Amino acid sequence: MKVVEMMGITKEFPGIKANENVSFHLNKGEILALVGENGAGKSTLMNILYGLYQPESGEIYIQEKPVVIKDPNTAISLGIGMVHQHFMLIPPLTVTENIILGSEPVDGGIFINIDKASRKVKDISEQYGLKIDPFARIESISVGMQQRVEILKTLYRGAEILILDEPTAVLTPQEIKELFTIMRVLIEKGKSIIIITHKLDEVKEISDRIVVLRHGKIMGEALTSEVSTSQIASMMVGRDVVFRIKKETIEPGEVVLDVHNVTACDDRGLPALQGITFNVRAGEIVGIAGVDGNGQTELVEAITGLRSVKSGKISLKGKEITNLPPRKIIETGLGHIPEDRHKRGLVLNFSVAENFVLMEYYKSPFAKWINLSYRAINDFAQKLIGRFDVRTPGKETLVRSLSGGNQQKIIIAREIVRNPNILIASQPTRGLDVGAIEFVQENLLEQRRNGKAILLVSLELEEIMNLSDRILVIYEGSIVGEVSGEEATRDKIGIMMTGVKGEEEKGEKCVGAETVLPFVQNDEL
Amino acid sequence: MKFHKEHLIEICIPVIAVILALIVGSIFIALSGKGIFNSYSALLIGAFGSKASLAETLVKTVPLIFCGLSVAFAFRCGVFNIGAEGQLLIAGVAVACVGYAIKLPAIIHIPLCFLVAIIAGGLWGGLAGYLKARFGAHEVITTIMLNFIALKFTEFLVNGPLREPSGVSPKTPHILESAELLRIIGRLNISIFIALIVTGIIYYLLNRTTAGYEVRAVGFNPLAAEYGGINVAKNVVLAMFISGALAGLAGCCEVLGVFRYFMPDISSDYGFQGIAVALLARNHPIGVLLSALLFGSLSNGATKMQVIAKTPKQIASIIQGLVIMFVAADMLVRYFLPKKKKE
Amino acid sequence: MNILDIFTWSLLTVTITKAIPLIYAGIGGLYSERSGVVNICLEGIMLAGAFSAVVCTHFTGNLWFGLAGAIIAGTFMGLLHGVLSITFKVNQIVGGTAINIFAAGATEYLIPIVFGKPGATPPLAFTFERQDFFLSKYFLIYMAFLLVGLTHIFLYKTSYGLRVRAVGEHPKAADTVGINVYLTRYLCVIMSGIFAAIGGAYLSIGESGLFSKGMTANRGFIALAALIFGKWTPLGTLGACLFFGFCDNLQSTLQGRVPIPSEFMLMIPYVLTIVAIAGVVGRSRPPASSGVPYDPSER
Repeated sequence: MKVVEMMGITKEFPGIKANENVSFHLNKGEILALVGENGAGKSTLMNILYGLYQPESGEIYIQEKPVVIKDPNTAISLGIGMVHQHFMLIPPLTVTENIILGSEPVDGGIFINIDKASRKVKDISEQYGLKIDPFARIESISVGMQQRVEILKTLYRGAEILILDEPTAVLTPQEIKELFTIMRVLIEKGKSIIIITHKLDEVKEISDRIVVLRHGKIMGEALTSEVSTSQIASMMVGRDVVFRIKKETIEPGEVVLDVHNVTACDDRGLPALQGITFNVRAGEIVGIAGVDGNGQTELVEAITGLRSVKSGKISLKGKEITNLPPRKIIETGLGHIPEDRHKRGLVLNFSVAENFVLMEYYKSPFAKWINLSYRAINDFAQKLIGRFDVRTPGKETLVRSLSGGNQQKIIIAREIVRNPNILIASQPTRGLDVGAIEFVQENLLEQRRNGKAILLVSLELEEIMNLSDRILVIYEGSIVGEVSGEEATRDKIGIMMTGVKGEEEKGEKCVGAETVLPFVQNDEL
Repeated sequence: MKFHKEHLIEICIPVIAVILALIVGSIFIALSGKGIFNSYSALLIGAFGSKASLAETLVKTVPLIFCGLSVAFAFRCGVFNIGAEGQLLIAGVAVACVGYAIKLPAIIHIPLCFLVAIIAGGLWGGLAGYLKARFGAHEVITTIMLNFIALKFTEFLVNGPLREPSGVSPKTPHILESAELLRIIGRLNISIFIALIVTGIIYYLLNRTTAGYEVRAVGFNPLAAEYGGINVAKNVVLAMFISGALAGLAGCCEVLGVFRYFMPDISSDYGFQGIAVALLARNHPIGVLLSALLFGSLSNGATKMQVIAKTPKQIASIIQGLVIMFVAADMLVRYFLPKKKKE
Repeated sequence: MNILDIFTWSLLTVTITKAIPLIYAGIGGLYSERSGVVNICLEGIMLAGAFSAVVCTHFTGNLWFGLAGAIIAGTFMGLLHGVLSITFKVNQIVGGTAINIFAAGATEYLIPIVFGKPGATPPLAFTFERQDFFLSKYFLIYMAFLLVGLTHIFLYKTSYGLRVRAVGEHPKAADTVGINVYLTRYLCVIMSGIFAAIGGAYLSIGESGLFSKGMTANRGFIALAALIFGKWTPLGTLGACLFFGFCDNLQSTLQGRVPIPSEFMLMIPYVLTIVAIAGVVGRSRPPASSGVPYDPSER
């Protein structure tokens, strides 16, 4: 029986067609994988099914009856549950409070019966092997546990159809295994699951059937057992994918970046880096592989001076840069492509030209005494726009209005053109289309050819393996292994990414965690 | 620079907001049983009808320019300074002390007074900046509280240690002649030129200097600014210092030019009105001149209107509140603009 | 002078009387802010409430209608703040400032229009002060304490309270489980307006028996300070209101008897709030989403 059928769904956002005439169905008791690149329209489609967005056209059938899902309430009452990529949990509330929110068991119409609620939570947890403590606060439990809370939340509401949006992105391989076990239990008990992902090995492992989306359209549909990973991949990107990039051999030179026994805390003041040691030499690309949230962000911030280092030493070309202000470190010869270009990398309300000089606006020729020379800044911008083929209406256009790929080009141009000794690229291709990804990777290799040192941090194992000369695996804030680029295989790295053991409670609170400034953003006004 | 459609809308929104506010304001006039046309024309005459009334309008405009610049400058750095009122008062009382107690030739005395105002207002504003940068204390709350502390503190001073012994009402003694700003007509004095010059300086500072680049970068995106090597905390404190100094100049000009003594009432809520001025100006220094003039004429005109048309002068505050609402709710105002074809 | 002279029965009663308008407005602010809408226009709403209470009492001759008038005015002001900050997503500080200016202007504007004389209304023929219990200000006093208790129960023991807290912390999460974020916020902001307006009415028809311009004398801001100092909890806010009321009272008791100028006593609430918000003694943290308009289409 078809438990879900979506027919001819079209959804437009300002500027893009997120879904165009999309049709697919989900059978009872199967796991359907919805695959596609970033921005292919997978999440949009599922948000429509969950009632968060309304499609411009199309029909939805649940249990073979036509329905209109006007809000999440309707979806819930139709037995649809969704686990969002970014968890929808409220940190200061308890597990039970989060689960019952919106459909609380009450006495006398309004008073929450917390005993009844927690008992029910415990029951469901045991029934599906979720191992959840109903009284824990969300802010104090692990990410894997939070995800199980999300799953329990849908089951509590009587979900028969579960949508999991990129559920493995934040999990360790160990946790992924547990998740898959839970998914199989769910299927056994008669539930049906749609899983959104772009990780093909996981698709192969868990799903029964595949639907591929590209640019908001259905590209194909197949039984998982009948297609190979590379067939799925070419459906996703629309052409054959070259998995190996040609890379000439370069003998690495002297050590450029030396990181010695560095520790640092995350934003909550918990230890994030626990004694990291490695180096990067001239003419080599060192890749940092690992599951998201194992200290990658903190490592990059510690090196670039954006996060304070608690102990240890970092030096650049023999000069110690530990805990120097970011500007001093930049001036020592460091380029940085940050992981989030909107949050860190660009001032979106500045023009293209102004963004090009973000690191150098105070230097000649851009500044004369206290004055900015807009002529020099504009000339510089014109040059870079040409050289890096940035598609923009003009150098005075606000960066906000450019596409993601062109925004990333601006950052890369700015960082490369300063000719730094070391380039730190943190998830440089995240959210880009294939063309832009090639541009980014080509530029990184070019830097390598020029004898620069490059530290590449990425969540995409494929990217790390394609580009790196050496691969370091990070797990819970430590480097747990190293392999050379040639010897690297998915399995080898994958095992290391699990670390030594599963979850342990992290250590004591660090003192002096950074103060977060509550700012008024000008764009709000 | 090319002229974009978005620029046109940027200009249209404040204009439409003012028109909408006047329309809604006229409902209130109708409530009072007075003629709408009569009242508004009396208001216009009151604001611009004679040399003397124009001069008094400008007297009201000067502190609004300074306070508008103050709020706008902090805004550009992403900081919301609600504390211009307190900064104005602290600077005002400091200037009154220096203006009364130190005997100097005018050529030194007046600049000294301005310097004292900049430092006093700047420190009072900078304190809120420091509390934000160091402890993450939200500036909206700290500046509101600092306003009241400044008010109580200056009330204490004029009731106690600084009170003019012979005076009937609590205020400081008249400042020395050497500290007085030259008057042109009525109470209008040369501070209007100082305000214009300062506006120019702020415009240049924001848009043409490296310091302005830093302030704007921090205002738009503090994380990116930090990544670019800009010291965010330093800029927040600096922006609040400059913002406070600008509000301090308002207090200084009121004491040296208009009143020539200090009492807490020298500010008719100029600090709060500064928020309205900055908002209507969309935080642009040149826009501040225009919107300060608008609110200055509104408040002066309303006083005359009360005499001529018997409409209570508080219509000015009503309109001012409405203008802020309409400017801020630009979604609403955009509704009245011709629809764009492409979203 | 004997220091014990200060601590008399009347000190307690006067402290409570001074705290009552703060409690109403503070609890009002709490509803709004816990749902994620910053409310710095408590001052303006109190003014509106105080004024319309006098107007309605004057024309109906009935204090209950006066109170109803305040509630209607509060509803309207809350709705206005809601329309600005929820529907039009105006910066909530800006919207609040506008409402404060507007309310101060409008109430003073309307005095001469309604009563013929500017500055203050003529005294009412009767106030809560001079009636039997249910028509006495004691009724409003007991109601204030009851309000705090009920708010505490509402917030922490009922399903709707849980929803309010959820909306203030993480509106999107609330939205995904089918809670109407806009409706919740609107209701909370309106409650906020109603309670703040009752606080204002207590000042006018409860105590002075008239309305004079700016008669709330910044109590709205002190209530806001109490809310922050009380860490956004009902009981904490009550404690802070009583303490600020005590300071206010002590100030007038001590005036002339000790060498501390009264202005410094009046500064205490403001100084303490800065200390609290700067985290010198236990950081005071607002609900995570307060001040941020909710936009469901943000991805």
